[in-house]
Amino acid sequence: MINILPEFKARGNPSTLMNFLVPIIAVILTIFTGSVIFVLMGFKPTFALYTFFISPISNSYGISELLVKATPLALIAVGLAFCFKNNLYNIGAEGQLTMGAVFGGGIGIFFHDTSGFWVLPLMIVGGAIGGALWGMIPAILKVKFNTNEILTSLMLVYIALLILDYLVVGPWKDPYGYSFPKTRSFGESGRMPLLFQGLRVHFGIIIALAAVFASWFIFSKTMLGYQLKVTGFSPTASKYAGFNQNNLIYIAFIFSGAFAGIAGLGEVSGPIGLLYRDISPNYGFTAIIVAFLGRLNPIGIIFASLVIALTYLGAEDAQLFMQIPAAVGFVFQGLVLFFLLGTELLVNYKISFRSKL
Amino acid sequence: MSENILAIKNISKSFPKVIANKNVSFNIKRNTVHALLGENGAGKSTLVKILYGLLKSDEGEITFNNHTLKVQSPSEARKNKIGMVFQHFSLFDSLTVRENLILGIDQNMSFSNLQDKVNEISNRYKLPLDLDAPINTLSAGQKQRVEIVRILLQDPELLIMDEPTSVLTPQEVESLFETLNTLLKEGRTILYITHKLEEVINLCHEVTILRNGEVIESSKLVNETAETLATKMLGKKLTEIKTDYSKITPKINLSSKNLSIEFNDPFLVDLKNISFDIKEGEIFGIAGVAGNGQSELMNLLTGEAIDGVSGELDFNNIDIKNFSPKKRRDMSIAFVPENRLGHSAVPELTLSENILLSQFPASDFQNNGMINFKNIEVQAKKVIEKFNVVTPGPEAKASSLSGGNLQKFVIGREILSKPKLLIISHPTWGIDAGAEHAIRQSLIELAKNGTSIIVISQDLDELIEITHRLSVIFNGKLSKSYDTREISISKIGLLMGGQQDD
Repeated sequence: MINILPEFKARGNPSTLMNFLVPIIAVILTIFTGSVIFVLMGFKPTFALYTFFISPISNSYGISELLVKATPLALIAVGLAFCFKNNLYNIGAEGQLTMGAVFGGGIGIFFHDTSGFWVLPLMIVGGAIGGALWGMIPAILKVKFNTNEILTSLMLVYIALLILDYLVVGPWKDPYGYSFPKTRSFGESGRMPLLFQGLRVHFGIIIALAAVFASWFIFSKTMLGYQLKVTGFSPTASKYAGFNQNNLIYIAFIFSGAFAGIAGLGEVSGPIGLLYRDISPNYGFTAIIVAFLGRLNPIGIIFASLVIALTYLGAEDAQLFMQIPAAVGFVFQGLVLFFLLGTELLVNYKISFRSKL
Repeated sequence: MSENILAIKNISKSFPKVIANKNVSFNIKRNTVHALLGENGAGKSTLVKILYGLLKSDEGEITFNNHTLKVQSPSEARKNKIGMVFQHFSLFDSLTVRENLILGIDQNMSFSNLQDKVNEISNRYKLPLDLDAPINTLSAGQKQRVEIVRILLQDPELLIMDEPTSVLTPQEVESLFETLNTLLKEGRTILYITHKLEEVINLCHEVTILRNGEVIESSKLVNETAETLATKMLGKKLTEIKTDYSKITPKINLSSKNLSIEFNDPFLVDLKNISFDIKEGEIFGIAGVAGNGQSELMNLLTGEAIDGVSGELDFNNIDIKNFSPKKRRDMSIAFVPENRLGHSAVPELTLSENILLSQFPASDFQNNGMINFKNIEVQAKKVIEKFNVVTPGPEAKASSLSGGNLQKFVIGREILSKPKLLIISHPTWGIDAGAEHAIRQSLIELAKNGTSIIVISQDLDELIEITHRLSVIFNGKLSKSYDTREISISKIGLLMGGQQDD
């Protein structure tokens, strides 16, 4: 019998340099494959790549839009890193984002005609609490009943979206909104301050950067970060060390949920200004790619969020100037993830074809 | 037919970072028991895995019955009439003996045919088997019997036995040797892999000694003693280790009274009324064949799995049976579980970071949740220096250390905390003789300074060498304890096999 299937053999000592280069190689391969796809569709690759990657950020408005998109991605991704480092696969950030928007946005609606410096901070806290509470559900289910957090967190996304749906067509419907499925607008005190006149980039980016820095500090300098890391690498060693693994599950989901919740609040109190059905173009799911592209490293996540944000903008420009569906952005996100996982596999394993006899 | 059944010529095999076999050449004469002797990591397993088709050599040639042998898989090896019994059994725990036997044979065979053949083999070699028993209900010796019968069903000319006695009681070892002698009388050849010198002398005709992947000697066994073989195997002489009874104080440090736990799990062993006392400065050994409740007991002693425990575990008159590992460490109890990679150390982390895994009241590694990186590095350096850990430094990943060096690091980390009680499981499992010697010596030194030590081990030689007193665990029950100087090997063997205390 001849075995034609190759085997993967572990490399004894994967190269540190290559490990570092993994995300960069993945991005290069994505761009290359993307141009091949454009060529097959009949576009000049230079034109297509320019439209997709350069023209969206060729002016200050474009850069501002890039940052607007990167803000929630980075914030959610760095929260997810708390879970992923601990081997908890929270893929329900979209739901946590939605509940953050609902809680924080609810406060915004309640105080829509009140002005005060405290309205926005209260909304941010509400957003964090909403997201954290939603994140706690899979955590509690996992600790108490040993359920799989991948399934529960994902299912909770759809519950959260339906709750939002119910609120915007039901109790929270805008009384002057001509039956559109949306709430009334938040007051001026409930909006994220803009950083530059005429550009949409808002105060949320400062929050995101603060969260990224805080996470970097926790991961690299504190016992909490150490405990998450040890538990992720080896639950048995964590038990040996006497770490409270249940608490670590709660903590990871609280951070993850709170950051996603703040990101959701940032969207509705930033660019949108009210609650309606489609507050997020799948930021919660896309952030999973950002987290891994950034190697679960807070600094890496900043760069990764910019790259992925660009695929959103590129898709819009491609739709506008090349008349191709905006879904091409998702194709690029998928390609990045595919090449990322593939490159990582090949850095750690080599393919060996069994020699014939 | 030539005199040699197997000729190994210039076999080399290297793995990333390590050369496992270097130009290995030797011959095995037909109808002999040939010992392959070497300490852990000498390259014995690599060589027989090549022979059995599990690994491919980089260079070299194997001739079997005057034909060049090139096997790609164990099933091809079996077709060539080479059989192997592994050190770690390759049986399906939840299936019955019969099902395991059927899965193990390559040719088609009907149930009744198999039954006849098994019965015949069982009678001829005195290997009784209950075909309907699930594997998980069998003792280690019985499991090995299944493995041997499975191999004999293929009628091998060459039988490879990889450290077959490591999990057996002394009595089971005897009956294994009888079986091997019967096989020999039928004209079969046996390649016997071991690091136990007495076995070589008692059983084997010829010996090949491997050290660091190279053949040191391959010859007939004449005028060899355990000592001469040891010197060749290790390349140096080791000083004798001596226990010291004079430093034991009458004060009882840890006292277990009827410690019991029930799991309702067929893969775990319930513990029944475990009782023992340990004095300050005493080394107490727990012997027993693997799978008789050692890991369950270890978990009770460390606090890692204590749901449903009953009885008493008094440490300095405080019942600690429900304490977490952290709380026990706060009372200066240190522990070293059997598994290094992923249990007592995290392979992906550096040695410095691994220091943080076990923190004692005296250790100054953090301040309000902030890690003190300087102190852990200093501590890691101290462990490396004091316990001769071979490594580039505290920033090396734990995974980059050899088993022996990592074990020295882990044990050193615990010893430097100056524990009042050290609980250690299989301290020298799978490590080289030099490290083994150093670790045993350091345990004895620690006890001299007043620490009580519990050593759980399958290695009888080890327990006899370093303990003051020992008990045997069998099927979740602990025998009464015996002074190590007074108990005979055969008595320990009987206890390991389940004989009740007098």
